[in-house]
Amino acid sequence: MKINKSIYSILFAVLLLGCGGKEEKKEGFSVDRAKEVDKTFETPVVDEVPASQRVTLDEKGVGPIKDITLDPEIDPEMAAAGEALFKTNCTACHKLDKRFIGPSPRGIMERRSPEWIMNMILDPKLMTEQDRCAKDLLIEFNGAAMANQNLTVEETRSILEYFRTL
Amino acid sequence: MRKYSYILMLFGITAFLSSCGNQGDNKSSNGALSSSAAEKAYVAPGEHDEFYAFMSGGYSGNITVYGLPSGRLFKEIPVFSQFPTSGYGYSEETKPMLNTSFGFVPWDDAHHPDISQTNGELDGRWIFINGNNTPRIARVSLETFETEEIIELPNSAGNHSSSFITENTEYVVAGTRFSVPVPQRDMPINEYKGNYKGALSFISIAPDNGRLNLEFQMMMPGFNYDLSHPGRGKSHGWFFFTTYNTEEAHTLMEVNSSQNDKDFIAAVNWKKVEEYVKNGGGTKMPAEYAHNVYDEHTHMATSTMKKEVITVDPTKVPGAVYFLPTPKSPHGCDVDPSGQYIIGNGKLSADLTVHSFDNMIAAIEGAKFDGEAYGIPILKFEDVLAGTVKSGGLGPLHTEFDGQGNAYTTFFISSEVVKWKLGTWEVIDRQPTYYSVGHLMIPGGNSRKPFGKYVVAMNKITKDRYLPTGPEMEHSAQIYDISGDKMELIYDFPTHGEPHYAAGCPAELLAPNSKKIYRLSENKHPYAVLTPDQAKVERDGNEVHIYMSTIRSHFTPDNIEGIKVGDKVYFHITNHEQDFDVPHGFAMIGQNTSELLIMPGQTKTSLWEPKKPGVWPFYCTDFCSALHQEMQGYVRVSPAGSDVPLTYSLGE
Repeated sequence: MKINKSIYSILFAVLLLGCGGKEEKKEGFSVDRAKEVDKTFETPVVDEVPASQRVTLDEKGVGPIKDITLDPEIDPEMAAAGEALFKTNCTACHKLDKRFIGPSPRGIMERRSPEWIMNMILDPKLMTEQDRCAKDLLIEFNGAAMANQNLTVEETRSILEYFRTL
Repeated sequence: MRKYSYILMLFGITAFLSSCGNQGDNKSSNGALSSSAAEKAYVAPGEHDEFYAFMSGGYSGNITVYGLPSGRLFKEIPVFSQFPTSGYGYSEETKPMLNTSFGFVPWDDAHHPDISQTNGELDGRWIFINGNNTPRIARVSLETFETEEIIELPNSAGNHSSSFITENTEYVVAGTRFSVPVPQRDMPINEYKGNYKGALSFISIAPDNGRLNLEFQMMMPGFNYDLSHPGRGKSHGWFFFTTYNTEEAHTLMEVNSSQNDKDFIAAVNWKKVEEYVKNGGGTKMPAEYAHNVYDEHTHMATSTMKKEVITVDPTKVPGAVYFLPTPKSPHGCDVDPSGQYIIGNGKLSADLTVHSFDNMIAAIEGAKFDGEAYGIPILKFEDVLAGTVKSGGLGPLHTEFDGQGNAYTTFFISSEVVKWKLGTWEVIDRQPTYYSVGHLMIPGGNSRKPFGKYVVAMNKITKDRYLPTGPEMEHSAQIYDISGDKMELIYDFPTHGEPHYAAGCPAELLAPNSKKIYRLSENKHPYAVLTPDQAKVERDGNEVHIYMSTIRSHFTPDNIEGIKVGDKVYFHITNHEQDFDVPHGFAMIGQNTSELLIMPGQTKTSLWEPKKPGVWPFYCTDFCSALHQEMQGYVRVSPAGSDVPLTYSLGE
């Protein structure tokens, strides 16, 4: 029924345009546009908490980074390099102050392990195929797949260092 | 569920339609495709071909890249022709590539590709190709598979005996097919004889970056210079050109330029001429020709008009040029891998004439001349002849070599490839082609080191080889396995445009170096947006510059207002992807150019001149992600003179 309503609305709009009447401001059509779960194609619920808010610090993800140890002190030089790389390669989709195409990196260190973060940057395709949380994030963020920006391990490490400063 | 039933219905209809369409009979026309032949041409899904083949597009003006032995088409590289698929020749960056002294020429007739060489062996740095109609030579990078440089040739017309390179890529050589007045001037056509000139151009290639420079042009007698090839090995330093129309006819050529029993192969000692020019020889002559260079880092081409060329009168350089009499209007001019034999294919003859380089040197040293033409010594036919191949075929055109002591010659009139032995001149095998074969190609077959596993015959007539497609059809190529004594036809495949010559090389020479992305950090385009926060819209009078970036799957900015009718709107779009094979496209409603296809890390510019007030959408033309259909934006266009402020945004 939802579909039928939209078709009628479009038809109506076309008719109005076709009349060439004086331009007037119109309200949008008033179908309930909030997202509702379609029972037919529902993905199985595995976790009540949205992936973006889940804490998965024990998960290292899938990819080249198996185990890293962070120095207690943040390396400011490395963090600055990471910030510059983040600006060029990531800000099209990740903003600090808001949820955009993807999540904000603020607070990520409290939710994800360093290995998981680096693997996600280094091979997002593999991660969304094989890592549960990455897969759920892809769904939560409208299927907007994270782009592989072909960064080196060293570059990725510096972005991680930058995330520690946030 | 409704959606699915529609899809099912569609499938049903499609299946129904295709079952009706397949009424044609499948009988094999020649039975060549035995199962073992199929195995030889078969490259399994996901597997790679053994060789690259670069075919000229003829009147498409471009190069097509195929795999051998499968005959699969990988890419069309735009060279001399505008190419809406990528925006080449339409984007602001690439328009200068097609600039000439005649203005913007959006097309040419591309004939003879040749891969760069080191010590006479293919080195896979660049491929060169000639524009036949408005004489030009192009250099294409074999790392990016993009055209990087085009140089126009003054004083030339019908740039056909081109573009062939010397064995260390010192020069790319280009000869004129049509002789013309030099300098061009208003004069009666019937004063051709003795007055028109044929220019042979030597264009140097910088070893580090491949930059082209027209070093000198030899002003030869007014014959038609048809094809050419470099000497190699012992004959390195020489260049050989076939000529026809030594009659110097200017009308009804098919009769009048076939009067002489023998025309010439011109043997040019370019090292002598190079030295002569280096020592200040030659005449500086005013000229006008475009030199267009594309920079991979700025992603932009610039066009410069050159004003001068050095011309050389060959009679002023002793020992620079000799004529080797060659029967029956020779067409192909091919040199064997050792550099010893120069083969002239008399296209109106049944036989091939093979000259010997050693004999030629001996005749020159013995000063055994048979007169001269316009001051250029003519050697005696019998003195330079090494042998004749009595093939029994008709209309020999071109010869390639397998590196095993065999040569393969195409016969246009009798539609066949003939394999013969160098030195004994005996015919070993012959196989039909379908139909009327022009050039043939063995990877590296025009070098010191051929890879003699396959030969590809490029045919001029297709007729019944494929399902008919109306009067106009693609040309047909046949690939033969030549690893045994007998040639075996293993596959047929259609080719785009009209491939004349082709060049091939082993896949491993190029594949590991093939560029995957352009690094954003190396992007020096003046309008590049290196981070999304640099995206902006600027107005300068009626020019509007939109600095835009793209990544899966949005444009930054995607809402723009304050554009007015009469504006010239430049969309400068930088693709922020840094992953292999993620281009984004850009198309704007009512654009009078073409779309753009922007590779990762690249910036391209499209000019849009909005003509009507309204809100006009633009979108990405390359299916880039699951959210590709969402990759769109709007430009609000207000009437000229309105005061809607210039604003731009994303996600607001």
